[in-house]
Amino acid sequence: MSRLLHWIFGRMPIGWLQLTHKRGRFFAALSGVAFANVLVFVQLGIMNSMGTATLRPYEFLSVDIMISAHDANALAEGSNVARQWMLQALADPDVIAGTGLLIGNVPWNRGDNSITFTTFGIDPGQPAFLAPEIARDAALLQVPDVAILDRLARGLTHDEAATIRPQTPLSFEALGRTLTALDTFSGGGGFGGDGFMFVSDQTFLSLFPSRSSAAPDHILLRLRPGADVAATVARLRDLISDPTLRIRSYADAAQEDLRYQQTQRPTGVIFGFGVLIGVLVGLVIVYQVLSADVADHLREYATFKAMGYGPRFFLGIVVEEALILGVLGFVPGLLVGTAILVFMGTVTALPLAMTASMAIMVFVGTVVFSVLSGAVATRRLAAADPADLF
Amino acid sequence: MTSDLVVEARGLNHWFGTGEARKQALFDVDLALPRGSLTVLMGPSGSGKTTVLTLLGCLRSVQDGTAQLMGHALNGASETELTRLRQRLGFIFQSHNLHESLTAMQNVIMGIQVRPGVPDDLARRASERALGLVGLSDRLEYLPANLSGGQKQRVAVARALVNNPAVVFADEPTAALDKDSAGTIVDMLKRLGAERGTTTLLVTHDNRILDRADRILTLEDGRIVSVKGNA
Repeated sequence: MSRLLHWIFGRMPIGWLQLTHKRGRFFAALSGVAFANVLVFVQLGIMNSMGTATLRPYEFLSVDIMISAHDANALAEGSNVARQWMLQALADPDVIAGTGLLIGNVPWNRGDNSITFTTFGIDPGQPAFLAPEIARDAALLQVPDVAILDRLARGLTHDEAATIRPQTPLSFEALGRTLTALDTFSGGGGFGGDGFMFVSDQTFLSLFPSRSSAAPDHILLRLRPGADVAATVARLRDLISDPTLRIRSYADAAQEDLRYQQTQRPTGVIFGFGVLIGVLVGLVIVYQVLSADVADHLREYATFKAMGYGPRFFLGIVVEEALILGVLGFVPGLLVGTAILVFMGTVTALPLAMTASMAIMVFVGTVVFSVLSGAVATRRLAAADPADLF
Repeated sequence: MTSDLVVEARGLNHWFGTGEARKQALFDVDLALPRGSLTVLMGPSGSGKTTVLTLLGCLRSVQDGTAQLMGHALNGASETELTRLRQRLGFIFQSHNLHESLTAMQNVIMGIQVRPGVPDDLARRASERALGLVGLSDRLEYLPANLSGGQKQRVAVARALVNNPAVVFADEPTAALDKDSAGTIVDMLKRLGAERGTTTLLVTHDNRILDRADRILTLEDGRIVSVKGNA
C-alpha cells in the first residue's frame, strides 16, 4: 500500500504512515466513515425506493396525456374529474382514445396477513391503455368481480400467487363482495398500499357504490402515433374550459408526482434530511480524526517546517489522510449498506436496492467531504511553530 | 577556516510580548560566523541563546538590527524566502523531534527530500550513508519507539546533516549522548566545516565538547559578555 501511495503522491506517504501507526484509532476512524456511508446509503435507498414505488404504478398504463384535478398531486390523491372533459378532449385531431381511471384502496381482510390493494378500475374494452402484461388479461376483466392481482403484494405468498390462474382462481371477500382473481402481474408493494389490483370500471363501482363513472380520478388520453404530445397538451389547455384542471403529458405527471413525494410529503422530507445528516456525520467524523491527528503531530510538523517544508506539503499530508479515510471507509460502508438494503427489501417487499449510480454518487460525495474536512483541519497547522521547538 | 562570513548580525534587539508585558530578550547583539567554523553559544537559562538561534535560523522575524545569512538579508524577508533559506540549513534539537511513524531511514530521507527533485534512490543512499556515519547502519528500519534516547538523537543528527547544509543550528545536541557519541558528533561537525565549509552554531552546556569549538560566545541577560577563541 505504501508503494502504491508513494507512486500516487510522488513522495513518501506520510499520511498513510501516520494513520496506520495507531491501528486501533485508524480502524475506529474507518468505522466512523463507514457508518456515515451506511447512514447515507440507507436514507438514499429508502428515498430511491420511494421514487421507484411512486413511479411503478405509472408503468401499468400506456398513456400519452393525463387530465387530473388541480389537487391531484399524486396518482391516488386529489378530487375527481368530470368525464365531460374527456369528450371535449376527443375533439382534438391528435387524440384518438380516452378513458377514465378509477383508483381506490380495497382491503382483503384475512387476519394477520391482511392485504390492502391499491385498485385500478379501468374499461377492459380499451386494452390499449394497459401495459402489455396487464393488457393480455383485459378480456378476463370483462367478467364482473374478476380481478388481476399483484403477485409481489406484501402478504401474498409466492405459493399463493403461483396458483392464481384462470383454471385455478382465487376467491376472496373485499368490501362486501366476492372477488375472483384469475391471474397475476408484477407490481410491488409501495409506501401506501401493500400491492396493486386491476378490476373493470364496473367492478370498481360495485366495490365503491358512492363513486360515479361520470367522475373518475383521472382521464387518460392516447394520441395518434407520431403526434406531438407537448403541442397537444398546449392545445388541450386552450380547448378545455376549466383552467383549474391539470393537463399534462403522462411522463410529466409521473415526474411531478415523484417531486411532490420527495419534497412535500413528510417521508420525502424526512429521508432527505436523513441523507443530509449522514453527510454531516461523515464530515464531523473525518474532521475530528484529522484534527486530532494534526494536534498529535504538531511537534513533527513544526520540525518539518523548521527543515523548510512549505504549506503545500502539509496540506498534501492532510488531504492524503482525508482521501485514505474516505476511500477505505467507503468500501465497508458500501458492503454493509448493500446488505442492509437487501435485508430491508426482503422484509418489507419495498423496492430497496443498491444501485451503481447511488454507489458512485456516495463515493464522490465521500471523497469531497473528506477533502473538505481535511482542508478545515489544516487550520490547526498554524499552531505548529518551529521556533517553539527550541 | 576561511575568512568569509556566512552569518552576520549587527545590533540585534528582540522583544517578546506587547504593551506592558513586553520584555526585551536581546540587547545589541553583534555576531559573525566565519564559513566552516564551529561556534559555541553558552549562557544561563533565559540569557537569549535560543532567541539568537531562532532569529539566525530564520524561525523568527528580525525586529530590530540587521542579520544576514549566506548573503541574504533576513530583515523583511517573506515567509516564502525564509522557508527556502531553511532548506539549506540543518537543525538539531535538544529533543530529537523524530517523526514517530517513520523509521530511522525515513526520518533521514525527510531531511534530504525537503529540496524538490531529489530522486528516491539517491535519497536512500545518502540517508544510509548518513546513518552509517553516526553508527546506526543496523537500525535503518527501526521506528523511534524501538531506539534508545541516544540513538534517536543520532538519527536526528543524521537528518540534519544529510542535506549538506551550509549552516547547522544545534540546541544541546549532545545532551542525550554518552561521551564517545558526543565526541563523534562534534568531530563530524568539525570535519564538515573543514571539508565542506559547513558552519555550526551550537548552544550547549556540555563541557566535554568546548575544547573542539573555534569560538565560545557567552550570553547573559541578552548581551554577549564574553568571546573566547578566534574573533
